[in-house]
Amino acid sequence: MNFPEDLKYTDTHEWVKVDGDVVTIGITEFAAGELGDVVFVDIPEVRTLASGESFGSIEAVKTVSDLIAPLAGTMTEINPELEGSPELVNADPYGKGWMVKMTFDSADELNGLMDAEKYKALIGK
Amino acid sequence: MKHTPFHDIHVQLGAKMVEFAGFDMPIQYQGIIAEHKRVRETVGVFDVTHMGEFEVRGADAFAFVQRMTTNDVTKLTEGGVQYSTMCYDNGCVVDDLLVYHCGDYIQLVVNASNLEKDFNWLRDHLEGDVQLIDKSDETALLAVQGPKSLETMRKLTDVALEDMKYYSFRRGTVAGIDCLISRTGYTGELGFEIYFASDKALGEKMWNAIFDAGKEFDIEPIGLGARDTLRLEVGFCLYGNEIDNTTMPLEAKLGWITKLQKGDFIGRDAMLKAKEAGLKRTLVGLTLEGRSLPRHGYEIAVNGTVCGHVTSGTMSPLLEKGIAMGYVPVEHGTEGSTVDIMIRNKPVPATVVKVPFVNKQ
Repeated sequence: MNFPEDLKYTDTHEWVKVDGDVVTIGITEFAAGELGDVVFVDIPEVRTLASGESFGSIEAVKTVSDLIAPLAGTMTEINPELEGSPELVNADPYGKGWMVKMTFDSADELNGLMDAEKYKALIGK
Repeated sequence: MKHTPFHDIHVQLGAKMVEFAGFDMPIQYQGIIAEHKRVRETVGVFDVTHMGEFEVRGADAFAFVQRMTTNDVTKLTEGGVQYSTMCYDNGCVVDDLLVYHCGDYIQLVVNASNLEKDFNWLRDHLEGDVQLIDKSDETALLAVQGPKSLETMRKLTDVALEDMKYYSFRRGTVAGIDCLISRTGYTGELGFEIYFASDKALGEKMWNAIFDAGKEFDIEPIGLGARDTLRLEVGFCLYGNEIDNTTMPLEAKLGWITKLQKGDFIGRDAMLKAKEAGLKRTLVGLTLEGRSLPRHGYEIAVNGTVCGHVTSGTMSPLLEKGIAMGYVPVEHGTEGSTVDIMIRNKPVPATVVKVPFVNKQ
């Protein structure tokens, strides 16, 4: 299982990629594997988020899981490809399976996220 | 945790393993959708060794099972299998089960999660010359299901499988191993369930023989995840979801295995009373608009008022839309009625449809 070193991670299994003042958010390969076949990513709208707030849900055949904002900020984009191809979340969780992009209110919050080593320890890998 | 004789095989195949009813079981191998389609299109193999098997022996065995179950055991002949339920005095369900007429004794096959409860319930009601024997630990069970199951299995046995009727069984050998071969399953497909001695070497021999025989049909192992979506797509009840100790078989549309006229059985009086008073709710099949999926426990509402709940829900891999079973008031239970399923606080319209959701058997 792959956990890229250049990403940050949350204990609710999102990954965060920082690119200047915008972050891209998705779910980890571990989370996608636990969910199984993803059939619908339900992110209703682009909006402002508080840290820890649910911004959507991810439906797999067996179960449904909330998507949690790792940071406070404002969503700028929802991955348009997931509408027609939700299976990208399983096939390419760190690439084409990304969920949203957002700006963030405070760079300090980034320091509260885990690095790959810590995340791997969390999930026992 | 208990292991079935196929545990090492599951792990080698990279299955995702979960605890289920005290066993370490495969929930999926490649993925639920691919496994589901494999069974609908050709053939798949399920390890269902965790199921419970009891033998009921003695001069009064048949009378005992007749009193403990809702279907009519006197209609069974040797080699026949019957779907049935056991109920409490209040008419609600202890478990659903299969009853096998084995000539001079009966085999009962019960849900793994209810094994101990069922055994105790039966033991506490023993009467006359009846011996109840738990054979679960000694019995391995593989289900071979799908349109190519017959062509796969006939390579491995002299038993005339093509002559077997749905819900019948024969004894014979498969891959040289003594078996009870049952023309049953939980998928709605043509299929067989193979009971044999629980032993790792025998089990691996059986598994490999079946996979060699099914190779030309791209046979694959199927986990408990797809077992659930397959049974839901054909509208089969699952204990703990559609039926439990708060539901009567008649509410769950199991009237066809509830023979109120057969004479006395446990739960009959309560059922007759409930029937006379008029049943309040009924189990229905539901299909959804939109892409949100219904799940076990979600509320069902009509005109903003909650009046029922979803017992099972998933995306149907064949229909590629949300399907569910659930309880609604009888007046909303007719085909074509519309209700709302509450998904994350939003009402999603659903239509009452006939089950099975897909036509099989």
